[in-house]
Amino acid sequence: MSSSNGNLHALQDISFDVAQREFICFLGPSGSGKTTLLRVLAGLLQPTSGRVNFIRHQHPKIGMVFQQASLMPWRTVMDNIKLPLELDGFNQHKARKKAREMIELVGLQGFEDSLPRDLSGGMAQRVGIARALIHDPDLLLLDEPFASLDALTRERMWMELSRIWQAKQKTVIMVTHSINESLFLADRVLVLTQRPGKIKMDMEVDLPRPRMDDIRYTSHFGKLAKKLRAAIE
Amino acid sequence: MKPKTLQSLSRWLGILSTLLAIPAWTLIVRVSGLPKFILPSPVDVWLRFLKALNDGSLLYHTGITLSEIVLGLLAGVTFATMVGYALAKSRALEKVLSPYLVASQAIPVIAIAPLLVIWLGDGILSKVVICALIVFFPVLVNTIVGVRAVPTALYDMMYSLRANRWQILLKLELPASLPVLLGGLRIGATLSVIGAIVGELVDAEQGLGFLLQLGDFQYDTSMVFVAVFTLIALALSLYGVVTLLEKRFLKWQS
Repeated sequence: MSSSNGNLHALQDISFDVAQREFICFLGPSGSGKTTLLRVLAGLLQPTSGRVNFIRHQHPKIGMVFQQASLMPWRTVMDNIKLPLELDGFNQHKARKKAREMIELVGLQGFEDSLPRDLSGGMAQRVGIARALIHDPDLLLLDEPFASLDALTRERMWMELSRIWQAKQKTVIMVTHSINESLFLADRVLVLTQRPGKIKMDMEVDLPRPRMDDIRYTSHFGKLAKKLRAAIE
Repeated sequence: MKPKTLQSLSRWLGILSTLLAIPAWTLIVRVSGLPKFILPSPVDVWLRFLKALNDGSLLYHTGITLSEIVLGLLAGVTFATMVGYALAKSRALEKVLSPYLVASQAIPVIAIAPLLVIWLGDGILSKVVICALIVFFPVLVNTIVGVRAVPTALYDMMYSLRANRWQILLKLELPASLPVLLGGLRIGATLSVIGAIVGELVDAEQGLGFLLQLGDFQYDTSMVFVAVFTLIALALSLYGVVTLLEKRFLKWQS
């Protein structure tokens, strides 16, 4: 598919497949149309040409995590997380029960009634992840979800996301400009070129799972990182 | 000092300064020796108040004015939020309508109040319409500002969850713009009081504006004071109601 906005040609001839329960990651410099790609997949944007095919349903349920957590400031943690269920017409009791499970999954017990203004960046993003997963989506889209966090929190969130993904086994498409992030999390990394974005490289990440923090200091990790770095240039 | 004690202190100071006005006023009456029909004393006003309360006239006229204010406010706010929402959503509609809206704002409602009374009669209807007109514009502007300020990121989030128009209105646009909407209601509530009195002063057989004029014609100045104070109380109560609404619905903001 391709996507352009006026004179801006963001993506060109992008074509890829994702297997069920695969975690794939698009890696590219800013301005490579990464976010455009996710917006097309989420149905927020129509591609100028081409199409997105989903095998099981043409309109799969989507959970999306945004760069900024995009929480509703007037809703508590609990109410933000159960929003997708409300939209699907769940009754309050069931929605709250499910939300409590999600709160536990992302480790926010005790913050159910907190407002977003009282949360740190990392906590807010956990709420965003819980909200994206609560309605059991077919596809999870992550748009540089940790870009606005500080380095230490970001690394802790990688571990968290990795753990959550192991538990939930979702198909995930993530975009990022961080080589470490993509290697640590993904099964496959696809490198995008500068605008108009094309797929330059499609690399399998053959690191064993579950991945722990120290995997980033192995020589194999370093080798893969080097390969990606070279492809981005 | 802790902020809480400071706050309660400043509240007491407010009450104290209001209470101090009464002896000061009495003193002015005593020293100046002005006759009662020019400047009645607080005691005169209080006695007149009790009389008007006992013969039922004060409650009756207050009730009339209050219903004009509330009905006008409701009509004005309802209409203004609907038009405002449509304008916020459609740039084209805004382009078409904005010359009329701006022109309508250039005409002071006070100037056309006599016309409205001629056309709609000297009953409650003409006053309700005047209130609604005076309330319309500020609420309209606030609605447009409020709806336009809803973050696009939250729209994206709602669209990614396939929310329909109705859900976006109720779960996103309404709560997100509520602070600005209530701000509009606050201005509207105050203006609505002015609208009702302007209408009643033009021509009316009932209401606090009528009572005001009656007191004026009959040199019953104490009655004029009673009417004015009742109006102040009305305006403050309405303001208080809006403040309560803000406290209830905007807890997340404070």
